[in-house]
Amino acid sequence: MDKPFAITLDPGSSLANHTGSWRTKKPVYLDRLPPCNNACPAGENIQGWLFHAESGDYEKAWRVLTLDNPFPSIMGRVCYHPCESACNRGQLDSPVGINSVERFLGDEAIKRGWKFDAPAASTGKEVLIVGAGPSGLSAAYHLARLGHSVEIHDAGPLSGGMMRFGIPKYRLPRDVLDAEVARILKLGVTLKLNTKVANIEDSMRAGNFDAAFLAVGAHIGKRAFIPAGDAAHIVDAISVLRSMEGEDKPMLGRRVVVYGGGNTAIDVARTAKRLGATDAIIVYRRTREKMPAHDFEVEEALQEGIMIKWLSTIKQADEGMLTLEKMKLDDKGFPQPTGEFETMAADSLVLALGQDVDLSLLQGVSGLEISDGVVKVGPNMMTGHQGIFAGGDMVPSERTVTVGVGHGKKAARHIDAWLRNTTYEPAAKHEPVDFKMLNTWYYSDAPKTLRPMLDAIRRQSSFDEVQGGLDETNALFEARRCLSCGNCFECDNCYGVCPDNAVIKLGPGKRFLFNYDYCKGCGMCVAECPCGAIKMVAEDI
Amino acid sequence: MPFQPIKFYQTGTFTVGNRLLKPEDRSVQSHRDRSNAINSGHRACQGCGEALGARYALDAAMEATGSQLIAANATGCLEVFTTPYPETSWQLPWMHSLFGNAAAVATGIAAALKVKGRSEVRVVAQGGDGGTTDIGFGCLSGMFERNDDVLYICYDNEAYMNTGVQRSSATPPAARTATTMPVGPNPGNEFGQGKFVPAIAMAHEIPYVATATVADLRDLEAKVKRAMEFRGARYIHILVPCPLGWGTASHDTIHIARLAHETGLFPVFEAEHGVQVSALPIRKQLPVEEYLKPQKRFAHLFGAKPKLDVIARIQERADRNIRKYGMVQREEVL
Repeated sequence: MDKPFAITLDPGSSLANHTGSWRTKKPVYLDRLPPCNNACPAGENIQGWLFHAESGDYEKAWRVLTLDNPFPSIMGRVCYHPCESACNRGQLDSPVGINSVERFLGDEAIKRGWKFDAPAASTGKEVLIVGAGPSGLSAAYHLARLGHSVEIHDAGPLSGGMMRFGIPKYRLPRDVLDAEVARILKLGVTLKLNTKVANIEDSMRAGNFDAAFLAVGAHIGKRAFIPAGDAAHIVDAISVLRSMEGEDKPMLGRRVVVYGGGNTAIDVARTAKRLGATDAIIVYRRTREKMPAHDFEVEEALQEGIMIKWLSTIKQADEGMLTLEKMKLDDKGFPQPTGEFETMAADSLVLALGQDVDLSLLQGVSGLEISDGVVKVGPNMMTGHQGIFAGGDMVPSERTVTVGVGHGKKAARHIDAWLRNTTYEPAAKHEPVDFKMLNTWYYSDAPKTLRPMLDAIRRQSSFDEVQGGLDETNALFEARRCLSCGNCFECDNCYGVCPDNAVIKLGPGKRFLFNYDYCKGCGMCVAECPCGAIKMVAEDI
Repeated sequence: MPFQPIKFYQTGTFTVGNRLLKPEDRSVQSHRDRSNAINSGHRACQGCGEALGARYALDAAMEATGSQLIAANATGCLEVFTTPYPETSWQLPWMHSLFGNAAAVATGIAAALKVKGRSEVRVVAQGGDGGTTDIGFGCLSGMFERNDDVLYICYDNEAYMNTGVQRSSATPPAARTATTMPVGPNPGNEFGQGKFVPAIAMAHEIPYVATATVADLRDLEAKVKRAMEFRGARYIHILVPCPLGWGTASHDTIHIARLAHETGLFPVFEAEHGVQVSALPIRKQLPVEEYLKPQKRFAHLFGAKPKLDVIARIQERADRNIRKYGMVQREEVL
């Protein structure tokens, strides 16, 4: 033994000591489901596209976004952004302005002329889509990208469906709508306008289609029975909004009363104001808290001078005069008549009481199940009739553009599988990430960037767009407010805080690995991960 | 639109690294080629604050000196858990002599380097609070007074943890240790005036004195780098929570250190030539209970009958620190 005095062992590195054997629990990396993605009716990977927007790579962000939704510019204007309501940042200061970043990306794409990637190799299958609204166009987009040949038939003179004939210009400028529709048609989708499908089975047979997706929407205004004098001027809201797109603007008079409490009631009241009505009054039977219209729209309407008569129903309509009955809410929150009446002067009454679906094209089709005026579909969006799928406002669901777009995507995936004689299995959802899983100390305070609004006086007289967009610098700021909930954004915290150097950094875009030879299982990486992308699991013993 | 400074979570803020920052603006700890001054396989407890603090400080010093660094180490946990014979975790020349003489050994190394004309090689001495504030204090004061060219780093875990959690002169009032049991009319450690060595170091008017915690890495690294810009005696005092001695969960080490600062109990500041030049502002001030409650060494203050008078006295200390060192809350984006 050739060693110095009192020395019996060779000197060595502590790497010989595998401290991983101390561990009873181990950390593992995972991706969790962020609340925005979970809330999006169109199934967008919001955290995913914000990640690219954060680094200023807007084109990549737009490409990731449009994997799920071909309409970012439209969405950024008309979506009610349930993502923002769910955003974890809302519990910290205010939600990330996802909607405004989406609009910025969409507008940027139009400005710079970004195009979708060419479709996959043709499958030789042909799909008929009825209705060129959000749902039909979304399905067409996804089917075309999957390599199917798509033909859209629409009864109307222009594409867009309710996006054109239901949403006023001041919320959705038509050049934006046209640009995003044109980009879908460039994928090779055929659009036949003024082509009403009288019977779906006949049309499918005539065009030799392998499958059909129905998305005709709900265009028939609901009527309520209101005793009316001969000269009373009563119209329905959806006809008013539709005629705004034609040559002859609707004649509503100086004093317009709108009956209903949904978003359409707000839209038509604001339209009447812009058409020159001195008074636009919404009559609604319940209270503001109970109103189905979105609160920010109510707020914008009130700013423009729209008046709202709460807790009232219309009992009688005569020339120039309405009879209203006051209501009160019972214990359960339902309006009950009080027997007290009042009168209100009105040149016209617009009914905004919801819409029904024109189901005439389905006559004689076997296997369908129709209830409450809508067509039932299975989890794969297929109706009771093989090969006929349906979505959007004509199936039971919330009636918004975003839900329609989501239906189109979902249906397209199932139609694709059905045409290939397989079934589409969506990937298992990640476990959701809760606000408590975040370490918010690492995020500095940064309040939401507000979008500029058009002056109230111009909003009352013109159809200019009310809400402005963000520019590059504040869109970037807004994107960077994202907490990246549940998904690693490579902040290096785990790599930095491990007292045992047991985290291996793999380099940009490659994330990290644990070195379980040395990880003692202290859990510091989990506690200090800002976004909740690591969890402790019991060690296999 | 009002001006909004771009100050958000990803750039220049609190995380260790950031994919959006230029590499040179990132922390030393975020680099794949950091020197890892204490290698894996060391025998520190799970969640050891001292192992973390020492790596943070030495990696930063190694980068600042181009790895031309020699360390002298006092006896204590740091020495024991890194060098169980015949293994070593140290990735730099490292020397251990006695419990109380780390400052003197470092002074000797610095003198030898001077004789050899190796001015590019720098010297750090390091020890725990026992080796610094108690046993090694005479040597340390001498090193300050002679202005020897050494950076002394104290990793303060507020007791003698290595030998079984006995009280040191850095143990805070009311804390339970093996030698200050929570019994009698004044349970736990006495309310003395303490022995806050950073203030004593400032009294020596040495070029640079700073305090830091393992909770704010960027602040800690900036201070180590700043210290290496000076010649002469420098002192950095780093608060390193000890899960074993403080009775905290191993994953809470950084969290507890953060609370020590955010409650005001541990002032984080820097001073040059005896004059304070900056303080790390508190982002969100919290009552001291938030810091005390998760620690078993303060458990006797809570329970069925909380000792509100004792907690109030501890709160007074925190408030005094905030006033004295100017740890005012940071104004974030308005």
